[in-house]
Amino acid sequence: MSKSIQQIQEEIIDEFSMFDDWMQRYEYMIELGKSLPLIDEKYKIEENLIKGCQSKVWVHAELNGEKLEFTADSDAIITKGIVAILIRAFSGHHPSDILEADTQFIDEIGLKEHLSPTRANGLVSMIKQLKMYAIAYQTQLK
Amino acid sequence: MSTATEVLEYSVEKVREDFPILKREINGYPLVYFDNAATSQTPQQVIDVIADYYSNYNANIHRGVHALSQEATDKYEHARHTIQKHFNAEKAHEIIFTSGTTHGINLVANGFASLLKKGDEIIVSALEHHSNIVPWQILAEKTGAILKVIPMNQEGELIYPAFEELLSEKTKLVFLNHVSNALGTVNPIEKIITKAHEYDAAVLVDGAQAAPHIKADVQALDVDFYVVSAHKMCGPTGVGMLYGKEKWLNKLPPYQGGGEMIATVTFEETTYADLPHKFEAGTPNICGGIAFGAALDYMNTVGFDKIAAYEEELLHYATKKLLEIDGMEIYGVSKEKTAVISFNINGMHPYDIGTILDKLGIAVRTGHHCAQPIMDFYKIPGTVRASFSFYNTKEEIDAFIKAVIKAKTMLA
Repeated sequence: MSKSIQQIQEEIIDEFSMFDDWMQRYEYMIELGKSLPLIDEKYKIEENLIKGCQSKVWVHAELNGEKLEFTADSDAIITKGIVAILIRAFSGHHPSDILEADTQFIDEIGLKEHLSPTRANGLVSMIKQLKMYAIAYQTQLK
Repeated sequence: MSTATEVLEYSVEKVREDFPILKREINGYPLVYFDNAATSQTPQQVIDVIADYYSNYNANIHRGVHALSQEATDKYEHARHTIQKHFNAEKAHEIIFTSGTTHGINLVANGFASLLKKGDEIIVSALEHHSNIVPWQILAEKTGAILKVIPMNQEGELIYPAFEELLSEKTKLVFLNHVSNALGTVNPIEKIITKAHEYDAAVLVDGAQAAPHIKADVQALDVDFYVVSAHKMCGPTGVGMLYGKEKWLNKLPPYQGGGEMIATVTFEETTYADLPHKFEAGTPNICGGIAFGAALDYMNTVGFDKIAAYEEELLHYATKKLLEIDGMEIYGVSKEKTAVISFNINGMHPYDIGTILDKLGIAVRTGHHCAQPIMDFYKIPGTVRASFSFYNTKEEIDAFIKAVIKAKTMLA
């Protein structure tokens, strides 16, 4: 049995609770941003691009059986780190589970400011985009 | 350049006491505010004027028979005179209150729609803010006029000979900024205005970034239009000035219809009010206008010579320190520039650097600075921009340098 979105989010909260201050949290995110190959180069195309003004985010979605899988990337490394966390939580689940999930865990790990609609880093639009894909594929599965 | 003695007379500690916001802490660190090119901070003297207006004489202007209205009108018109004097306009009615630089540019662009015909040419500089590009593109689209661009060089300066080549009998309008917001380059507007006038072209200068550092004399410049925003020069947001030569303001049609801007109205015909009211439809930002005047008084009391000399010292100090950092690339290295440094490090994303600086209490701007053509020229997504004001200190620059090194280490 694979983990639910809720379980993964709790895991992430647990991991972040080990950090004492923002600097450690950011260093961890930067590591995440650097290490993960998040998207196939061929999907880094205009149609998958979310223009965030400050940083760019690319998102690609693919249905694998009944599971919706996301890959994504960003040109800014801190944004990419958060993208990695979001992908880890949201990718590989049934579209209806993705639709029900929220991003409260981002607040709990002290990264709330990055999901502010006024931040213009593309992350808020990215989450909207993940949900849009989930709606589209949910319809397809029915 | 001022002498060292003049700089010594300037006490930044004393000036800082006027700005309550500078005592703030951000994320547990003392605020270091280096985003002055976006908006400047407000001294207590101006905050007091704003509070005084709403506490004591808030009223609508120009039409009241009562005492408060008279008082507000007097103060508002007094501010207009203060602005006139500061920019050395010949007449007070050549000063139009606007909501800011963007409003001023749009007012002129809209007015020129009725003066241009197909095939006329308008020239813009490559160093412009989007607000000084888009209104002219709309104008060109509307009228069939052709938009031409003065190119820039690697140093971030306009290529003057190229401008001369663009000029012709078809040129009707030239518009450029006095100082580039993204790079801080001071443009040779005197030369450009003189040359443009040989072809009877009108020149609009966007002074938004220059006004906090340079006292422009519109008569000496012989400029046709000069626009600024109060909030970049210690005043409040939502108010600015359009200076226009009387002959041009008389030629342009009104921008907006409404109260205040009319002489007589019947359903058959309306005749417009005289300058400046023709362009000031509706209830203006009365308090803002008065506070704008107070901000100019404040800055003149500090003294523009002292401000310029001190800011140049800050610019040199910060530039020198930044260049000691390995991988540092500074964009805009014109000899003539204001206290603005636009930079990147080793291909690191400006957003990442800005995010870490913010965590350390340092406010800078990151991104394309609403000047995408400049970023395209350098083939970069954006820059980190630190812009200094006369209330900043070398100690703040030291903290900033330390933070930049920290960000670089974290992101490397």
